[in-house]
Formats: sequence, C-alpha cells, structure tokens
Amino acid sequence: MSELNAALEHPTYNYKVVRQFAIMTVVWGIVGMLVGVLIAAQLAWPALNFDLPWTSFGRMRPLHTNAVIFAFGGSALFATSYYVVQRTTQARLISDKLAAFTFWGWQAVIVAAAVTLPLGMTSSKEYAELEWPIDILIAVVWVSYAIVFFGTIVKRKVSHIYVANWFFGGFIVTVAVLHIINSAAMPVDATKSYSAYAGTVDAMVQWWYGHNAVGFFLTAGFLGMMYYFVPKQAERPVYSYRLSIVHFWALVAVYIWAGPHHLHYTALPDWAQSLGMVMSIILLAPSWGGMINGMMTLSGAWHKLRTDPILRFMVVSLSFYGMSTFEGPMMSIKTVNALSHYTDWTIGHVHSGALGWVAMISIGCIYHLIPVLFGKNRMYSVELINVHFWMSTIGTVMYIASMWVNGILQGLMWRAYNEDGTLTYTFVESVVASHPGYLVRLAGGAIFFGGMLVMAYNVYMTTRKGVAEQALPAGSAQGSHA
Amino acid sequence: MTMDINDLRGISTALLLIAFIGLCIWAWSSKRKQSFDEAANLPFADEELSQRTTQEEARNG
Repeated sequence: MSELNAALEHPTYNYKVVRQFAIMTVVWGIVGMLVGVLIAAQLAWPALNFDLPWTSFGRMRPLHTNAVIFAFGGSALFATSYYVVQRTTQARLISDKLAAFTFWGWQAVIVAAAVTLPLGMTSSKEYAELEWPIDILIAVVWVSYAIVFFGTIVKRKVSHIYVANWFFGGFIVTVAVLHIINSAAMPVDATKSYSAYAGTVDAMVQWWYGHNAVGFFLTAGFLGMMYYFVPKQAERPVYSYRLSIVHFWALVAVYIWAGPHHLHYTALPDWAQSLGMVMSIILLAPSWGGMINGMMTLSGAWHKLRTDPILRFMVVSLSFYGMSTFEGPMMSIKTVNALSHYTDWTIGHVHSGALGWVAMISIGCIYHLIPVLFGKNRMYSVELINVHFWMSTIGTVMYIASMWVNGILQGLMWRAYNEDGTLTYTFVESVVASHPGYLVRLAGGAIFFGGMLVMAYNVYMTTRKGVAEQALPAGSAQGSHA
Repeated sequence: MTMDINDLRGISTALLLIAFIGLCIWAWSSKRKQSFDEAANLPFADEELSQRTTQEEARNG
C-alpha cells in the first residue's frame, strides 16, 4: 500500500518503451540501409540480383523504402514522441500495456513486411506496398498509438501543450487518415487485393497519400523532434515560440495540397497539376520558417557546435532540411519537372531529405536519448559521434551530388532531338552514361551505412553496465546532457 | 446575381488569408507573451521527474 501511495505521490515516466524503440531505431536503420546499399550496388552491377526473384531490384527496393521509412523512421518517431509527450506534460504514458502493444505490434508489422515483400506480395502502391492483412494490423497499432499519445496529453500536469506535441499529434492523426483511405482495397485472397479506386483517381489518392507520407510522417513528426531536442541539446528555449505556432498551422494547411506535383504531365486534369504546383511553391515559406526557428535557437550558442557533435548532427540536419525544401518546390514547377521527373534527380532529392534531414535529426536525438534512458552521463565515446557525423555528412553529399549529375544528364539526353525529329540518344545510352554516378552513389551510401555501424558500437558500449565513458577529446565540453 | 465556382475560389482564398493574418495577430499579441515564454521553457521544467525515473529503474534493476 505504501508503495502504491509513493507511486501516486512521486510519479515516474515510462522509459522502457522509449528504450525499446530507441534501440530498434539503430537496428532497423542498419538493416534498411544495408538493403539500400545492396540495391545501389545492383544498379551499378545488375548481376548482383543473383537472377533470383526474391533478391531482384523490384522486390528489394520496396523492402528498402519500407525498412528505412517505417522501421527506422517509425521507431525513431515512436521513441521520441513517447519520450517528449511524457517530459513536456510531466505525466506518465496513460497505459504501459497499450504502449507495449504498439511496440510489439509495430515490430510484427516490420517482420511481416520483411517476409512478404521479397516473396513478391504487394499492392504495388508506392510506400504502401503491404497487403491488406498487414494494413489492418498497421491501422490497429496506429489507433492504439493515438490513444496512448493523446490520452497522455489529456492527463497532463501542465496547462500548456508544448509545440513539439502539436507536431507529433498532427503527424499521428494525419497518417491514420492517409493510411486508412489509401489502403482501402478489395481482397481477392489472403495475399492479394485490388485498390478501391480506379484510374486517375487511384493515382491521385496514391500521391495524396504519398506526398503527405513525406509531409507528415517524414516532416511533421521529425519537426516535433526538432522542437524538443534542439532546444534541449542547445540548453536554451526555442528561438520564437510564436513563430512555431504559425509554422505548425501554415505547414499542415499547405502540405496536404501538394500531392499532384507527382503527377505532372499525366492524365490528371491540368488544373489539379497547377494547384499542386502552386501549393508546393507556397510550402517553401512554412518550411523555411521552421528551419530558421530551429537554427536561430542556437543564436548566442554557436560556439557549442565546435565541441558538441550531437548538436552538429541536429544543425546540419536542419541545413539539409532547408536545402531539400527549397529543391522540392523548385522541382514541382512544371517546366523544371519536365526535365527532372523520372530521372535520378528525384532520388537525389529524396535522399537529401531522407539521409540529410530525417536520418541525421533522428541520429542526433538517439545520441541525446541513449545516455538519459540508460542512466549514464553521456555517450561512451564523443569522438565516435564525431566520426559518425562526418561519415553521415560526406556520405549524404556524395549521394545527392552524384544523383544531381545523373538526373540532369538523363533529363538532357532524353529530350535531345535530331534535326529530323528523331531522338539523339537511345535509352540505354543514358543508362551507360549514368554508370559513374551509380558508383559514387554506392560509395556515399556505403559510407553513410558504415556510420550506422559506428553508432551501433557506441550505443552498445553506452548501454553496458559498469563500462566507463571514454575520455573527452581535447578541448571538448560535456557531450550530452540529461 | 448567380454565383459560380470562381466565387467560391475567391471567397475561400480570402477566408484563408484572413485566418492566416488572424493567427499571426493572435500569436504576436503581447497578452500571450508570458504564457508562451512559460511554454517555451517546458523542456527544462521536469528534470526531477526524469532523474527519479532513472534512479528507481536502477534500484529495481
């Protein structure tokens, strides 16, 4: 009885589920990026598909995207949102059991994806390839996630709902709506279904989903991370709380309209294409408003960048966010898109966001979290965080630069005409010309992947009991703060 | 006078512009400065709870 009273008077947080998701972020990051390195190698040397259906590019590529977005990114989002919602409401998660269900349920979804995608079971919708039984499991886990998250906000001990929770909340609600509507399908049997939509409507629903998966899963959720972990790591409140409110409402109001830019010059009505383009260009404003808010949080504390590689991860991730949210609106302009679409430029743009922004902000947050969650003062080795930082940055730059070159090369070759109106180049000539770029991309991706292995070692050593931290590098300040 | 789809487009654009300006005025009103300052400091307000959690976890193994 006295123990119960003590628990009521002195509540604690549920760090167990945060720990589980934080560790799985590292594990799935390694798995997903390893598959990415494999398919990058397959594009350079096609024999690496081993002439087997299960390891062919067409099956490995969705495995890669699902693993990095939903397994790695998803685990990072679960970990940070459960952590941030507790710490900024000063309340324990509303249900430990339901939180544990979301962890095991989400891992079951990932394992099911890893089994069914190589077997060729797919709905063929990009970023929504999983077949209907797994879609139902995702919906159940996601609704449970919403109950845990919003339930905790309802029982908060402070009056204000901190801005990071608005972004996490917007992400959770929107992803539920997107997933349920886009995955609506008629099952044929246990492993095959057909979309509830047909033709151009199917394409528009798919890219309404697809672009908002970027806007809400890969942006709003990670902005939630930014609004908590950047101030925390820089040890000062966010630059402008007012700007953060305008940022939230402007971002969610505009993002939802941008999907049609994926369907330029298709059967989609012209007015819808133009609407998507205009909304995409407007999106630059809230995106940069948020980036500036994160960056300016460091004003007066820029010197910390010299000594704190975790903060460096976060600030460079914001730089990549700013870069890719400038590039995206530019590529959505129809005349630019006529050159860039269907080329490697798109893949470069995606990875500028995925490696530079999403992965690097997640990595920074996990480095901040692991010592707190395992009762340590800081990570085992600050020097290794720095090594990881440079591997990530160099890997990302190599990746996106090679894809820019390849993309513009392909776009120009495909649109080159002879005087008599015939095409100057055959398609395969553009493939041959792309080969050097594929090698550089493979090298960049492999370096980024190598950084994740450095992280895994550092995390493992930090979590071990009785292992002392390594000495700080000369001239370094405290690497992490609880 | 009959209305058509273009009136709806114009009206909705105007309403959204008003909503955006209203949001900015609301956010930058000096009345809210103090409560926003408090909110902005929420990430730094719960160290005791976090420490208690890790201490109890260490005690319970």
